[in-house]
Amino acid sequence: MRFIFDSNTWQEIFGSIGKNKTRTIITVIGVLWGIFIYIALAGAAKGLDNGFERAFESTAMNSMFVWAQSTSMPYEGFKTGRPLQLKLKDVNTLKNRIPEIQYIAPRNAKGVFGGAPATVVRGQKTGTSPVYGDYPIYTKIATKKIFDGGRFINDADIDQARKVVVIGERTQKEIFEIGENPIGEFIKVDNIYFQIVGVHKFIPGGGFESETDMYIPYTTYKKLYNTGDNVDWLTIAAYDDADVIQAEKDVKNVLKSIHRVNPDDERAFGAFNLGEIFKRITGFAKGLTFLSLIVGIATILAGVISIGNILLISVKERTKELGVRRALGATPSEVRNQIILESVFLTIVAGILGIILGAMVLRLIDYLTQGTDFPYTNPTLPIPYVLGALAIMVILGTLIGLIPAQRAVSIKPIDALREE
Amino acid sequence: MIEIKNLHKSYKMGSNTLHVLKGINFNVEAGELVAIMGSSGSGKSTLLNILGMLDVLDEGSYTLDGVPIINLNETKAAQYRNKFLGFVFQSFNLINYKNAMENVALPLYYQGVGRKERQEKALKYLEQVGLKEWAGHLPSELSGGQKQRVAIARALAAEPKVLMADEPTGALDSKTSYEVMDLIQKINDAGNTILVVTHEPDIAAMCKRIVHLKDGVIVEDKKVDQVRASEYVQ
Repeated sequence: MRFIFDSNTWQEIFGSIGKNKTRTIITVIGVLWGIFIYIALAGAAKGLDNGFERAFESTAMNSMFVWAQSTSMPYEGFKTGRPLQLKLKDVNTLKNRIPEIQYIAPRNAKGVFGGAPATVVRGQKTGTSPVYGDYPIYTKIATKKIFDGGRFINDADIDQARKVVVIGERTQKEIFEIGENPIGEFIKVDNIYFQIVGVHKFIPGGGFESETDMYIPYTTYKKLYNTGDNVDWLTIAAYDDADVIQAEKDVKNVLKSIHRVNPDDERAFGAFNLGEIFKRITGFAKGLTFLSLIVGIATILAGVISIGNILLISVKERTKELGVRRALGATPSEVRNQIILESVFLTIVAGILGIILGAMVLRLIDYLTQGTDFPYTNPTLPIPYVLGALAIMVILGTLIGLIPAQRAVSIKPIDALREE
Repeated sequence: MIEIKNLHKSYKMGSNTLHVLKGINFNVEAGELVAIMGSSGSGKSTLLNILGMLDVLDEGSYTLDGVPIINLNETKAAQYRNKFLGFVFQSFNLINYKNAMENVALPLYYQGVGRKERQEKALKYLEQVGLKEWAGHLPSELSGGQKQRVAIARALAAEPKVLMADEPTGALDSKTSYEVMDLIQKINDAGNTILVVTHEPDIAAMCKRIVHLKDGVIVEDKKVDQVRASEYVQ
């Protein structure tokens, strides 16, 4: 160990690397490229992973939507093609019969999948907005960010069928002046006065929601639009450790039994399983990370092998020099250590340069994709990965350095000197 | 200083062996300047290599300054070479990317001498061979004679017991050869033991003793009246 920290050793090493600049630079580029590819690929994969996660952050990862369609099979005397309608009481049945369900929220909507959006009037200003009839529990499944001073629908709103509304930030801009506080103000929604209790922030994440959406209590909605106990669709979140694909099947089966649908009827109920899709996407991102890890390490390996190769040539080139050194009293271990240290030193320098370069490229990609829809956020590489890569390089550099080092000491000084 | 008894050395060349040294008995006292002469193939370089611990003997014994040189591994040999011996080669063998001073300091590096002291000593020996102002020059910027003088300074830097020169003038013209021999004589005058392998009679005549090798045996070993090289140097 004393050898490594001896300043004389380093002077010798800097001397021999510094005096062969072209060779040194070419050697360094090999490994630099390897670690650069590793950092850039792994970081980009991480960035994609983060990007996907951000795109889904407003909705529970293991949630699904279920809606009713019409039967495609005759059953229990019913003919085929019978339209189905989800009812409010289905919610409790599902919750009781399927233990995987953590939250279940029935929703009604107008102006999204069908029907005209509601007209919104305040003074001289008018607009149209989709309107949703919601339960407070909905926010457990899909987070709604409400601006300061406001709130979402609460249980009292439901019980008393209050005429309160949560409007979107775009609606606020359209019907309020800048700086005007909308909370507590009244607007007319489809000719009924509603009091605004909150403004929600729209988080783009794909899907059908928009920045003009209005939320009113489910019970108010049913009175306003005369929908009875009908439910347009159910939003269901399973427990984190539950199998969402199985949960989806269970939900459909229970619904089929409630609504007397043939258990084999695949088209009676529709479902959009976010959990399944999310699983696929994260699987894709994981695969990408894994692939970049493999490619990166393989490239590093190739780079380190090129270092070994070049050092082997360099040893051959320096046979005579090494012979002279040994005639002057260099022990075989001193010669061997010097060459291994040269190898390790070159590898580390190349590695650090590659990491810096890779980080710069990641930063650049991050900068270029900012504000676009491209799912790419915060492309970082965990420090352990970087240190691990460096450690691998030091180990490989040592191992690969052993080959030329062993070759250097295997030549007898007398043969080395004789070589012309 | 050097004692050699019944030294044998042979090389395997495929199926047949080549018996190069066939029983050499040879002593060198401290302060001697010995020329080892012989035609090519007489075994003179092999003898020098064995004396220089660059090669191992097959049979016989070798004692250097009271230390038996036997069963050396590479590490031990390297340490002995560093401590006891200084080498001067026909082709100079300077390290081409190190300047004159760094070349001279190299054996001191392997002795574990610190950088500052190394440089001071290196400059001292460069001054001794008259090349102090060339300390910062690379070998490629030096003439043949200057290179050999740097090599001699390097051999001296480790303060060896014996200086071994293998055809030190082989690559030099006669004028430069005499300058180098003049330097070697001066070093010998200062009390150093020197062995010179040469095939040139005029160079041999500048030593104090001439050993003639022929076909692996010593055929002649005589003391001579030294010709001073300075007589030829203007």
